[in-house]
Amino acid sequence: DVAWWYYQYQRDKIEDELEMTMVCHRPEGLEQLEAQTNFTKRELQVLYRGFKNECPSGVVNEETFKQIYAQFFPHGDASTYAHYLFNAFDTTQTGSVKFEDFVTALSILLRGTVHEKLRWTFNLYDINKDGYINKEEMIDIVKAIYDMMGKYTYPVLREDTPRQHVDVFFQKMDKNKDGIVTLDEFLESCQEDDNIMRSLQLFQNVM
Amino acid sequence: MAAGVATWLPFARAAAVGWLPLAQQPLPPAPGVKASRGDEVLVVNVSGRRFETWKNTLDRYPDTLLGSSEKEFFYDADSGEYFFDRDPDMFRHVLNFYRTGRLHCPRQECIQAFDEELAFYGLVPELVGDCCLEEYRDRKKENAERLAEDEEAEQAGDGPALPAGSSLRQRLWRAFENPHTSTAALVFYYVTGFFIAVSVIANVVETIPCRGSARRSPRELPCGERFPVAFFCMDTACVLIFTGEYLLRLFAAPSRCRFLRSVMSLIDVVAILPYYIGLFVPKNEDVSGAFVTLRVFRVFRIFKFSRHSQGLRILGYTLKSCASELGFLLFSLTMAIIIFATVMFYAEKGTNKTNFTSIPAAFWYTIVTMTTLGYGDMVPSTIAGKIFGSICSLSGVLVIALPVPVIVSNFSRIYHQNQRADKRRAQQKVRLARIRLAKSGTTNAFLQYKQNRGREESSSGEEQVLCVRNRSAFEQQHHHLLHCLEKTTCHEFTDELTFSEALGAVSLGGRTSRSTSVSSQPVGPGSLLSSCCPRRAKRRAIRLANSTASVSHGSMQELDTLAGLRQSPAPQSRSSLNAKPHDSLDLNCDSRDFVAAIISIPTPPANTPDESQPSSPGGRASSTLRNSSLGTPCLLSETVKISSL
Repeated sequence: DVAWWYYQYQRDKIEDELEMTMVCHRPEGLEQLEAQTNFTKRELQVLYRGFKNECPSGVVNEETFKQIYAQFFPHGDASTYAHYLFNAFDTTQTGSVKFEDFVTALSILLRGTVHEKLRWTFNLYDINKDGYINKEEMIDIVKAIYDMMGKYTYPVLREDTPRQHVDVFFQKMDKNKDGIVTLDEFLESCQEDDNIMRSLQLFQNVM
Repeated sequence: MAAGVATWLPFARAAAVGWLPLAQQPLPPAPGVKASRGDEVLVVNVSGRRFETWKNTLDRYPDTLLGSSEKEFFYDADSGEYFFDRDPDMFRHVLNFYRTGRLHCPRQECIQAFDEELAFYGLVPELVGDCCLEEYRDRKKENAERLAEDEEAEQAGDGPALPAGSSLRQRLWRAFENPHTSTAALVFYYVTGFFIAVSVIANVVETIPCRGSARRSPRELPCGERFPVAFFCMDTACVLIFTGEYLLRLFAAPSRCRFLRSVMSLIDVVAILPYYIGLFVPKNEDVSGAFVTLRVFRVFRIFKFSRHSQGLRILGYTLKSCASELGFLLFSLTMAIIIFATVMFYAEKGTNKTNFTSIPAAFWYTIVTMTTLGYGDMVPSTIAGKIFGSICSLSGVLVIALPVPVIVSNFSRIYHQNQRADKRRAQQKVRLARIRLAKSGTTNAFLQYKQNRGREESSSGEEQVLCVRNRSAFEQQHHHLLHCLEKTTCHEFTDELTFSEALGAVSLGGRTSRSTSVSSQPVGPGSLLSSCCPRRAKRRAIRLANSTASVSHGSMQELDTLAGLRQSPAPQSRSSLNAKPHDSLDLNCDSRDFVAAIISIPTPPANTPDESQPSSPGGRASSTLRNSSLGTPCLLSETVKISSL
């Protein structure tokens, strides 16, 4: 794996102070993590073992993220969506996701309140993290999701499918029709929609 | 899937939360995961050596023995461990595969034993990691070749005993092909060999001028003309034997046509034909010239030795396989010859009484010089000619001396390589196919699951348990994830075949669809299955559906079911065609949280699509048959209310 590390090092030459490839990170203690998240000790153990297996250095970088996600969606190209996901996980924008960040995000997504989940999703959609979602950001996200479907879909994917999808979405979410969706509008619209509320409960038993 | 991926499944599923606000259809419910006991340590006892590992580690590869429920067959309840009566040293490698995802090949073990272990534990040999793959393949090939050689030798030796009821033909053929099988065959083999030799020697000797005891004639006659009768008798005898052999082979051959076309039989024919032609041709002066020429072909009898010599056959085969190299040599030689001959001709043109009378005449000089023979029958006399002549001989050394060793080394290399290359190519195809199969296994698993689900719906709830293929918890969750993605985007995963079909249909429908932008857009995918003839559409629907499509009523044909649910009454409609057909009447008993709303395809005359209202969770279902290409819609629509929430 030396070659892989070297490649990473070359890529991250800009951020010299963060030679994360050479750094081995160890997470905080189990008790602390248990207190901070909604997972039990056993669940944290299972999560960490998997994490450590895939990333022995203790941090995930974007490449690994993309690879992992690509394995779940072999039909299409999951790299763009994985990129946005990575940015959502990497709250401190350091370019690497430590186990604590990973577990915190998972805790919100799987065990958090509806409010927290929706806020996390808003953060995901807000690519430039300016607090507003505009149409371009949404189109990027939706395109990334459609990319994951791959080529062989039924019906055949057309060029403007993402755009149409985004239009529908905006019509629902953008209450004051000003072209951007704020957090409050988002929360409000989602809470009005029964389907979304119901779906949010879907992933409760993921562990 | 690679190692550890299963442990990232929760993360992937959690990340799907990001799709939720975008989903335009309600997402399917999560699979009911059986009460998982959490991770536990399993003990695997292999011939007394205990290996302990997490259950999750083994579950990473559900299609192997240890990862599937097959290991339950080996569970020993008394000791609470899994007992395998196999080699513990080999098991170490197998277990490491689960841990690291890479299968290593042990250096000191027999490759056959390793293969057997892999087969037992359900691991495909293609999983051998790149670090060990080369060595593994080489050793395996060596082994296989050795085995093949042994087999061949065994076969060539005694061969299997003939079945009792074998005909004379079969016995004869076997005797011809394997002379060692019986004494009679051996005798025949040696006799023919002897006569070939005799015939060849006779051909040679009959041209030697021999002196008779009485020096009667002033000039020396070749022996053939001195003792014509003797030689004729010898020739006749040989030809008789050869003819007899040829006819016997022809009779015994299992496939006469193939035998007639084979090289050896051609050689046989060419060897004996001149004699017969000579017999039937009258001995007059005009034809005897041609007859004499025919005698040349008698030399081909020497090629009959190739049946007796393995080496000759190998040589012939190698020459055949070296043809490209030889061809290149010939080509470059020809080029050089033409160039130098031209130069020499023009250089020597001025001289009188020169041998270089034309360029073709100069060819001979060039060849002799380039091959460094130098007969000296043609020499240049001008200075320019001599200069070019020396250049010619120098370049001759280069042009010929360089490729020849290459060809010679090519002989041995190509010979061995050719033998192995074919085998390797065949293996490579198989390997790639298997890898592709393994890769597509995961993708196909999802499609398979969908088909199974389609079949499920038509059966009652109790049968569901039996119908559904036994899937691991991981697979269930993964498929649920993919299903969520489908629902979010209102598109479905399909395989290449249906995709290309759909693509073809779209281009067909697109060309003839109406122009209204509103209705044509959603109609685009909708008109996929419309065609000129209802029967064809039905067939296509059945093919697409890939399971039993039901025909509801006489005149009506259920094309396919579309599921779509729109959030707002926008003028544009979203419709997605689900290729899951089901009896429209049976859906009410579906207990799953599965929406099967069917949206009608807008008809050409109607501009506003007739769609389900967003308020009702179920949809109005209508199956329509659209005939866009002909322009005359034979519409049959029926609305069947389906609510299955």
